[in-house]
Amino acid sequence: MASEDKKPKAACFDGEAARSLVKELRGTFDAGKTKSYEWRVSQLKSLLKLTKDHEDDIIDALRSDLSKPVLEAFVSEIAMLKSSCEFTLKQLKRWMVPEKVKTSITTFPSSAEIVPEPLGIVLVISAWNYPFLLSLDPVIGAIAAGNAVVLKPSEIAPATSSLLAKLLGEYMDSSAVKVIEGAVPETSALLEQKWDKIFYTGNGKVGSIVLAAAAKHLTPVSLELGGKCPVIVDSNINLITTARRIIAGKWGMNNGQACISADHIITTKDFAPKLIDALKVELVKFYGNDPLASEDLSRIVSSNHFARVTKLLDDDKVSGKIVHGGQKDQSNLKIAPTILLDVPEDSLIMNEEIFGPLLPIVTVDNLEDSFNIINSGEKPLAAYLFTNNKKLKEAFVRNVSAGGLLINDVALHITNPYLPFGGVGESGIGSYHGRFSFDTFTHKKAVLYRSFTGDASARYPPYTLGKLRLLKALLSGNILGIIRALLGW
Amino acid sequence: MEAEEGLRLGRSVAELRETFRSGRTRGVAWRKSQLRAILKLVDDHEDAIFEALHQDLGKHPVEVYRDEIGVVKKSATNSLSCVEKWMAPKKGQLPLLFFPARGEVLPEPLGLVLIFVPWNFPIALALDPLMGAISAGNTVVVKPSELAPACSSFLANTLPLYLDSKAVKVIEGGTDISQQLLQQKWDKIFFTGSTRVGRIVMSEAAKHLTPVTLELGGKCPIILDTLSDPSEIKVAAKRIAGGKWGPCSGQACIAIDYLLVEQKFASTMIEFLKKTISRFYGENPKNLKNLSRIVNKHQFERLRNILEDPSIAASIIHGGSLDEKNLTIEPTILLNPPLDADIMTEEIFGPLLPIITLTNIQESIEFINSRPKPLAIYAFTKNDSFKKKILAETSSGSVTFNDTMIQFVCDSLPFGGVGQSGFGRYHGKYSFDTFSHEKAVLHRSFFLDLEPRYPPWNDFKMQFIRFAYMFDYLRIVLLLLGYKLKKIFSPGHLA
Repeated sequence: MASEDKKPKAACFDGEAARSLVKELRGTFDAGKTKSYEWRVSQLKSLLKLTKDHEDDIIDALRSDLSKPVLEAFVSEIAMLKSSCEFTLKQLKRWMVPEKVKTSITTFPSSAEIVPEPLGIVLVISAWNYPFLLSLDPVIGAIAAGNAVVLKPSEIAPATSSLLAKLLGEYMDSSAVKVIEGAVPETSALLEQKWDKIFYTGNGKVGSIVLAAAAKHLTPVSLELGGKCPVIVDSNINLITTARRIIAGKWGMNNGQACISADHIITTKDFAPKLIDALKVELVKFYGNDPLASEDLSRIVSSNHFARVTKLLDDDKVSGKIVHGGQKDQSNLKIAPTILLDVPEDSLIMNEEIFGPLLPIVTVDNLEDSFNIINSGEKPLAAYLFTNNKKLKEAFVRNVSAGGLLINDVALHITNPYLPFGGVGESGIGSYHGRFSFDTFTHKKAVLYRSFTGDASARYPPYTLGKLRLLKALLSGNILGIIRALLGW
Repeated sequence: MEAEEGLRLGRSVAELRETFRSGRTRGVAWRKSQLRAILKLVDDHEDAIFEALHQDLGKHPVEVYRDEIGVVKKSATNSLSCVEKWMAPKKGQLPLLFFPARGEVLPEPLGLVLIFVPWNFPIALALDPLMGAISAGNTVVVKPSELAPACSSFLANTLPLYLDSKAVKVIEGGTDISQQLLQQKWDKIFFTGSTRVGRIVMSEAAKHLTPVTLELGGKCPIILDTLSDPSEIKVAAKRIAGGKWGPCSGQACIAIDYLLVEQKFASTMIEFLKKTISRFYGENPKNLKNLSRIVNKHQFERLRNILEDPSIAASIIHGGSLDEKNLTIEPTILLNPPLDADIMTEEIFGPLLPIITLTNIQESIEFINSRPKPLAIYAFTKNDSFKKKILAETSSGSVTFNDTMIQFVCDSLPFGGVGQSGFGRYHGKYSFDTFSHEKAVLHRSFFLDLEPRYPPWNDFKMQFIRFAYMFDYLRIVLLLLGYKLKKIFSPGHLA
């Protein structure tokens, strides 16, 4: 047996490797390579080209990792990424321009501006459910802001991870943009290094670990986490449209495995049966009578997650509440769209983010009660309301705290590049998309220009009562007061 | 005793949560009433504040007004006139494809805020962040520094008389109280202080996924280009002296830490500085006027050790005398101390000014870049291209040209650090923002439901979505009208 003589396939990425990676990137950044507009544009264009040239490969990788339906892969990952890239390319020049700001009489004469500058070297840790989009969309922001980037794709979506490593290696400036594949050991090695910014998409438990590691180096962090995104459904709505939008926002999003997918529904006792019927009808239209065989539904990503989701149904008190679906195919990691009605409040399914194709419906007497229910839990990444009642909409917007709110639809708000996308509380820190991506990877440097003239001696010792009077007037910006003080009144 | 303290703290926090949940802090009337109350407090108790700062730091009333009271009043007045505007939702642009729809960003309070106050500006750095938190609609705990005990008591005794004590609390104490506070769950922590403690605060906050703002410090350099006009050199000297020894005797996060100057200009500048020092502070080191003292014995000893290090002592060219009884140190200038000594590797936070000479002032950029990013960089120069170079090639919280410290009172500029000098920012609207969550809100209507959004998928829907993502409305219309367009999609993927 010659196994002892065999060299390891690839050197494992350890602390030493991480240190030299960071050193190399710092060298690139310090040399100023990533700061020019031209460099940023060329890299963004390369990202766009990579996406266009390899659309089929990306779709194949997503099918391999998640059995993602082709159109879903296109719509929710490829098209979103291209759109984000194009939007950034169009706006970048404007974003890079320093912002002139007003100055007051207190600092007269002076001029001031805010200059955006890159943070330096950035670490992007991506998730497995939209492995293409959630890897490259933050990278777009990092590059647009002029940083050097390391991307750590999720190992739970291995086909996409290696495709990204291969394609970015081919298309991007590898002295400044790198992909490091791997799992916990590699991520830990990376987290020990000093980064100028860390952008993490994933769950709260790991988010906490990332934040703690960043604290050692005082590194600012963005955390895009999740939560139990509730959907409140009123009775005075267009039922069919509502049902379709809920389905699109639950099972149409990676079969419920999305941070902003509808986690559960809250509706009135009276309306629940009607809603369930409408959902059933539309579900059959969308996925046929045998949803486990439908090509238009993603599978569960891994056997670990399959076990996690099925465990939520383990409880008799829960499984007894299934009103639709419940079928499973373990060998193909498929679970059919499943609806449950009035599961016990303390059950696991009502206390953990489901991240799967189970949709519990909770009933209340009054819809307004739902606001308190939502606010008593952890703040979710998104909250949804279906209603035509203007007062209810206003109360919802005013009282429900979440990363973002969407009325009369599900998930769509993330496609709008003019709205910040991010969480609050347990659903995350920071936001991105559009200009917010640029900002999240930028330091906005304050700059004040003064001249040698206009020196108020009141600032300096020896301190006197007269100076005190003048300072009071100067700081209050009160011109009359300043004149009086100057005249000694 | 500790358990009792912990319980009391837990109860205070629970009360604040209850207050926040009740919605009392959300309305603009409440916020304005609290801001007005702070303004009144500062007006009513100006003398008490002067007295407290004199006790804690030996600050002269003019210094107190310039750096603390005036700043707070200015900030309060500004917040009062702007808070309603800041609270208003910002309408968002929407691409046509979203029609009919309405998008906006609505700021909302984060909830429960914890503010850690440092000892060097113990009134301003308590009240200014407090006003930010209040204007954003939060409930707040203010934890003053125990190293400025007179100010800490002043805040603890006076704030409850003016503010809504069910929504704003002052909790005094030392490290143990801070640690207990950090065990609670906050919606935001605002910390001003040292990098060492900043790390601890952030690590604790990580457990609850609490966002933090860290206002730290660093070695703020001043780049002094060679000036020829004596009146300008005089102004520069005043501003440099004012920016070094003026704010709390150099114990300030944005105080000048060290000075970089060309060898040929150094001696001229030093002469002007010496004259300015004696004019500002008097000739007699035993009776220095208008100068704060060092905050306590511990800091005094730290600075004394620096000065008594032989390699550093050898570089003293002005000052250097210490008054242990009064905890004052004479404004001290050093010329080219060793670069690896503490004085050049740690933040000085005291009245010692090292001057480092260079052959060419352009070298200052590399000098600064080889050190951690500071909170502020000051540059005295009339050379426009040098200014541009400094801006483009260095990184710091802020850059101020031809003056020192004054960026602090410019409300339209964000105040905060980068890298080791911290992250997050405040002042003016940035204070409101730092204590707010910007909630994205999108309103859609039932009207115009697009079929192609939904499965079962087919070629038509694929085409539609492709055009939709390009916002190619013309093609969408043509597609809908039934025109057969060139198939872009390769067969085999859709059955």
